Amino acid sequence: MGEPSATEPEQRGDQAGDPVIDTRALTKRYRGGQLAVDGLDLTVPAGSVFGFLGPNGSGKTTTIRMLMGLIEPTSGTATVLGQPMPRATRAVLPHVGALIEGPALYGFLSGRDNLIRYDSADPAADPRTRKARVAAALDRVGLTAAAGKKAKAYSLGMKQRLGLAAALLQPRRMLVLDEPTNGLDPQGMREIRTLIRELASDGTTVFLSSHLLDEIDQVCTHAAVMTQGRLITQGPVAELSAGARGRLVVTTPDPAEAARVLKEQGVGDVVVTDDRVTGEPPDRDLAEVNAALVTAGVRVRGFTVERASLEDAFVALTGEGFDVAG
Amino acid sequence: MSQAEVVEPVRPVSPLWTFGLLRSELTTTFRRWRTLALLAVLAAVPVLVGIAVKMETSDGSSPGGGGGGPAFISQITNNGLFLVFTALAATLPFFLPMAIGVVAGDAIAGESNAGTLRYLLVAPAGRSRLLLTKYATVVIFCLAATLVVAVSALTVGALLFPLGDLTTISGTQISFAEGLGRALLIALAVAASLIGVAALGLFVSTLTGSGIAAMATTVGLLITVQILDQIPQLHALQPYFFSHYWLSFADLMREPVYWDDLAKNLGLQALYAAVFGSAAWARFTTKDITA
Repeated sequence: MGEPSATEPEQRGDQAGDPVIDTRALTKRYRGGQLAVDGLDLTVPAGSVFGFLGPNGSGKTTTIRMLMGLIEPTSGTATVLGQPMPRATRAVLPHVGALIEGPALYGFLSGRDNLIRYDSADPAADPRTRKARVAAALDRVGLTAAAGKKAKAYSLGMKQRLGLAAALLQPRRMLVLDEPTNGLDPQGMREIRTLIRELASDGTTVFLSSHLLDEIDQVCTHAAVMTQGRLITQGPVAELSAGARGRLVVTTPDPAEAARVLKEQGVGDVVVTDDRVTGEPPDRDLAEVNAALVTAGVRVRGFTVERASLEDAFVALTGEGFDVAG
Repeated sequence: MSQAEVVEPVRPVSPLWTFGLLRSELTTTFRRWRTLALLAVLAAVPVLVGIAVKMETSDGSSPGGGGGGPAFISQITNNGLFLVFTALAATLPFFLPMAIGVVAGDAIAGESNAGTLRYLLVAPAGRSRLLLTKYATVVIFCLAATLVVAVSALTVGALLFPLGDLTTISGTQISFAEGLGRALLIALAVAASLIGVAALGLFVSTLTGSGIAAMATTVGLLITVQILDQIPQLHALQPYFFSHYWLSFADLMREPVYWDDLAKNLGLQALYAAVFGSAAWARFTTKDITA
């Protein structure tokens, strides 16, 4: 097994801002010859909320499984919290809470007993505080009232919450959340987002994989994008979005005239839809553009620059839409 | 990101934590409806045998039609304690190993199938420890299943038939207390006979991600081996079949006890546990967990 004893005081990995996840040329080729992850160099800074994006089959889950020591890499290295995986699973994983590919529960056990079961499997979990920690985790995800119900009677959203509760049984240094809002209603999604922000403000690094670009845009400080086993880009979300420029949006009852003036003013890619005229903003001062519109007698109702979303950045990077597939 | 760098106290690891996992494993196993159903079936066998013998002998004739049926059946009417031996002899060839096969086959594959295996491993349970815990649980289930048969048989035997001193196979008399002691020894010998099947089932369980497939394979192997054990042409191989010395437990009813086959049985079970236990370990500790 090669598991170092978890009793040794292990060296802290994320001191001085060392990355909590660091992979070098991480590669996984399955036995069928399929290359799932291809030379991945991923760096997740400590304290970040890191969005991990990519269409289905892009190798996100395989990467997460390698980071969690469930799958042996074909080549390359992965360190988590400063220690090599999968060799140091016993020292590293007690500090990591994970929700991988949806929750998995014992249907014949109650929600509470499911958490007790998972907590018993953790060698670093103190059995004396188990009940209290289970109750706190249930409370945190809003499942206290349903704690005594058998898990098979849970809705998908409740199962998802219970899976999250399992990841929150201990104070964690990192949380790995694979599609955490799957199956939740909008209210539940908001709650989870709030929870993620709370955890992040406590200093927990959150590694979040999602197909909802919006979600990543709202909560993440950093992001990485994978397609076909390769990493296309990674970095702070602000920088990624900055790569794609925002669009100038003019709302007016005189769209034809507005479009003509905007072209004159150096606005590229002008598109007219009803009373909205949009285009790529020119390098010059936008106040002058607005003045030119008014001077030309265009009645302007609205004049704004819409910030580029991560989706725009993604489209700019891949030249394609984000394939949302569960 | 200042707070991420605050040094947390290193959580102490209790040396007894493995038993916490074992306790969790035992409660999880014994709270499963399927486990309870298996035990209920096992408990029902002595009841059926007891009632059948009672009905057959209510007219004064001897049971078993003079020599047929499981071992010791003709003695039950004289002494209810013999129902324990008869019930164990009746369940050992199939009912007991089938129950073990179901529990062992499901041990890893069932968790894998439900997806709970990945969460146990990231907890992190540790692969070797999880496997050892699973094996210990299956072995404890072997003992529990055997005791369920024995206790059910003793209860039914006491209710339907007289109890008292008994005659060994060698023809000597032993007291009822010593008879009870022998019954307990026999139950232990029967439970030990199942250790090989348990290891085999656990190994099969590490090969597949489907609990049902693992159970079916284990029970299928069990039936195959028992059939092969009846084919005279395979005489040279038969001493290596895990079921070959199963009925040696009857030797505990001899005076003095005839230990040869009992020892061979235990040795064979230990061999199976070592071979298939190692194979299961080699497989499970290197396996990619993709479910």
